[in-house]
Amino acid sequence: MSKIRSILLFSLLPLLMVACQTTPSSFHTNSNTNLYAQLGEEQGISEFVEDMINNLLVDKRTKPHFEEVNLDNFFEQLVAQFCELAGGPCQYGGSSMKDVHRDIPISGGQFNALVEALMQAMDDNNVPAGAQNQLLALLAPMHIDIVSP
Amino acid sequence: MKKQTTRHKFRFIKGAHVLMIFCSAGSYAGDKLIGTAGVNSVEGSAGGGIVPWAVLSGYATDDEWGASVFTSNSKFDDYSLNTIGFAVNYHDRLELSFSRMTFGINAGAKDIRVNVAGAKVRLFGDVVYTDIPQVSLGIQHKTLVDFAIPSSVGAKDDSGTDIYLTASKVWLDGIAHRTVLLDVNARLSKANQIGILGFGGDEDNNYDWSFEGAAGIFFNRHWLTGVEYRQKSDHLSAVKENDWLEVFITYLPNKSLSVTTAYLDLGDIAGAEDQTGYYISLQGVF
Repeated sequence: MSKIRSILLFSLLPLLMVACQTTPSSFHTNSNTNLYAQLGEEQGISEFVEDMINNLLVDKRTKPHFEEVNLDNFFEQLVAQFCELAGGPCQYGGSSMKDVHRDIPISGGQFNALVEALMQAMDDNNVPAGAQNQLLALLAPMHIDIVSP
Repeated sequence: MKKQTTRHKFRFIKGAHVLMIFCSAGSYAGDKLIGTAGVNSVEGSAGGGIVPWAVLSGYATDDEWGASVFTSNSKFDDYSLNTIGFAVNYHDRLELSFSRMTFGINAGAKDIRVNVAGAKVRLFGDVVYTDIPQVSLGIQHKTLVDFAIPSSVGAKDDSGTDIYLTASKVWLDGIAHRTVLLDVNARLSKANQIGILGFGGDEDNNYDWSFEGAAGIFFNRHWLTGVEYRQKSDHLSAVKENDWLEVFITYLPNKSLSVTTAYLDLGDIAGAEDQTGYYISLQGVF
């Protein structure tokens, strides 16, 4: 009896793993247009991006990387990028993440520090947990282009 | 008289340990994202409560060191299981761990103490950032301090080594836009009741494969709930064992501290039927 139970369970787990991997957005339709609204559209995105940049400038792990960055430009590009990713009516016109970070050594820890700055900013602006997860999941694939090998 | 001294000493160590866990609150735990380091399982390895996961203990990333200390208590109908231990993480590549498991018998027999020394290597993958799961290979070398009871029920050895392969994956935007974690393990072991009743037996003295798994969902970044399942195999003819099941809730107020409570169903243990009970575990991360 317990053998059958465990066989069932363990054939289910890998299946779930594959299912989640191949159709990450199958649980939710139209998630992108919804996401833009849930993030508070361009106004809402601007607010938490501003807080995110402030967080980056006070965190000693990320501060050195932004000392010579044009912050106004960085702010505009980031808002456009998040807005476009979330399905909003914006277009990110900047260079690819790979090109931007090509000559900058960024560790896995520093990347996570950036993610934490964003999480904190979204928390502070009361972005719902589900919307936060959707945006983070859209940004996560950039890890490979930003973090130095 | 001698026994009492040992007990007092153990209480002192445990008190100091709990203090250490709370001291971790002011320390800097590392750069991994909160919740992606697991807690310490009863055998010391990073994971859930009864199953190790592919993640390495603590929040160290590829250029950091990390450490965790933990203690857990659980009570069942006829038994108790208490643990105390620590784990060290080097560059999120290698985890070394130690756990002292103390299995108490309510009927009044002597405790069975087991030391578990573990090592886990992350082979490839990142639990959050790669499409493939994070995959790790681990060993747990277990030594019984008290062998009289295990020997009397037919166990062959007072020490043994488990080897396990583990794969874990986190989906940030999973079911209902919650972050979801899945883990699957395959373990090669001769242990009876994870080592509490010794290793090998009169019925079967071979290494057996068993499967383990965990599934969890984060309500938000600070609350995780899930289930764990651990298959077990029989080596002793006199006392049969059952697969273990756990339902848990973990609270992570920050990266330095975690509290896990769980309901455990261990099935039959050493002839006592349907052992169910509650588990609480406290972890400090440095």
